[in-house]
Amino acid sequence: MKPAPFSYLRPTTLAEALAAYADNADAKVLAGGQSLVPLLSMRLAAPDMLIDINRIAELDFVRADENGVTFGALARHAVLEKDETARRAQPLLSKALRLVAHPTIRNQGTTLGSIVHADAAAEMPMVLVLLGGTVTAESARGSRTISAGDLYVGPLESSLESGEIATQAWVPALAADTGTAIDEVSRRHGDYALCGVAALVGVGQDGAVRSARAGYLSVTETPATVDLSEAFGDGTLSPANLAAAADIAMAAIDPETDIHATADYRRHLAGVLTRRVIAAAHGDALARTKGVAA
Amino acid sequence: MTEQTTEAVAEELHDVRLTVNGASYDVRVPARRLLSDALRHDIGLTGTHVGCEHGVCGACTILLDGAPTRSCLLLTVSADGREVTTVEGLTERDGSLGPVQQAFKDCHGLQCGFCTPGFLTTITAGLRDNPDPSEAEARDMIGGNLCRCTGYANIVAAVLRAAELGAEAEPA
Ligand SMILES: Cc1cc2nc3c(=O)[nH]c(=O)nc-3n(C[C@H](O)[C@H](O)[C@H](O)COP(=O)(O)OP(=O)(O)OC[C@H]3O[C@@H](n4cnc5c(N)ncnc54)[C@H](O)[C@@H]3O)c2cc1C
Ligand code: FES
Ligand code: FES
Repeated sequence: MKPAPFSYLRPTTLAEALAAYADNADAKVLAGGQSLVPLLSMRLAAPDMLIDINRIAELDFVRADENGVTFGALARHAVLEKDETARRAQPLLSKALRLVAHPTIRNQGTTLGSIVHADAAAEMPMVLVLLGGTVTAESARGSRTISAGDLYVGPLESSLESGEIATQAWVPALAADTGTAIDEVSRRHGDYALCGVAALVGVGQDGAVRSARAGYLSVTETPATVDLSEAFGDGTLSPANLAAAADIAMAAIDPETDIHATADYRRHLAGVLTRRVIAAAHGDALARTKGVAA
Repeated sequence: MTEQTTEAVAEELHDVRLTVNGASYDVRVPARRLLSDALRHDIGLTGTHVGCEHGVCGACTILLDGAPTRSCLLLTVSADGREVTTVEGLTERDGSLGPVQQAFKDCHGLQCGFCTPGFLTTITAGLRDNPDPSEAEARDMIGGNLCRCTGYANIVAAVLRAAELGAEAEPA
């Protein structure tokens, strides 16, 4: 099918875009188009107007320092994935971006577009929540900062209001005593995952686990994180502790059955992947603390 | 009925200039015209194929300023002023086959040929970034393109063959 008619505006400044959006509540923002254009073609979306933000140069940036990584609405998945300073400040970004779709999709799709599209099967919304990031939203009325925890209100629903354009997102830098890992199971590499898990594991000077938190995709309605620290009371990665962590995770999620996988299979994957990524993130933390000490 | 007709006539048209395979084209299109349709219907280059029209199959892949891009996920207006390479642009100036095309022929990398244009553009860009891929890298390079005929083995062989042809053409 083809998209229904809409009018089209391609502003070159944010102020112009915000003014147009304020005047037209039925307009939609067009970023990389990798989710929106299919919705238009299938006529699941039929906005009056598209505001194409692709030529607003002020939204095209990636900045990283010791506090974290800030990226604008036009930072493409492929650009953020390969940004060396961003990778150093927060390695989980590029690890996760490599799992987002195929390289061809990543050339156009923006990471912020994916974050506000709010798909619980997508990697970057979950990563934003796990890292405790923020999104800045601007409208003709002003600007506000939304914490990741307040961004996701339902399936494919963010707390962005009509008239608001997400201009940038921020994620904190990774602490020196913390490691990250992400893994997922999908039918084909590059497809949306049946289940995916990312983890942050903090270690003490002796290498013992001090904290463990994991984020889950495709097994909840909105991007979810679970604190698994209590499973590691003695600080070790013993099989019993890993099994306890998997049990906590499997009890916390709420997968659904669809044509790709049953709910039981997804829950099983969540358990297996939890054990796997906690171990990998712990290994990463040990390597990082050694690297810092050396 | 009359109302609908009036609405169709009233749809705003946009003047768009595209450079396709080195030649400049001016088209007047509604904002909803997908680039895949502009290439095929407005410009008449039917080498770009449309399979799924929602980004999944890869048949419509073109190079946008050199980067592989789904033409079914791009509005023609959005591409104004940009440079597009389609499968027609992969032949040599004298009309002979380019290295990736030649490799597909040599390795029997196509059967019905519907998916082929998307593979050729994707692999052309892939080999530019990684001129000497391993077999695993060759497989990864084509991971975003679907083929219902070949079973992929001969396409992977064609990627490796194209890399050889490229190396022969440009000795390091
Ligand atoms: C074949 C295929 C496979 C894919 N696989 C995956 C996958 O495995 N994992 C994954 O995470 N994603 C996947 N995607 C989706 C991809 O990551 C998209 O790029 C992303 O979801 C949307 O980013 P975009 O810039 O393309 O946004 P658009 O498609 O332009 O916009 C998406 C939505 O967000 C809104 N929006 C975008 N930017 C802003 C902004 N700055 N302010 C306010 N609203 C905004 C739009 O109005 C629209 O509603 C896949 C896509 C395709 C086509
Ligand atoms: S037609 Fe564009 S990806 Fe299938
Ligand atoms: S050759 Fe027929 S789909 Fe690939």
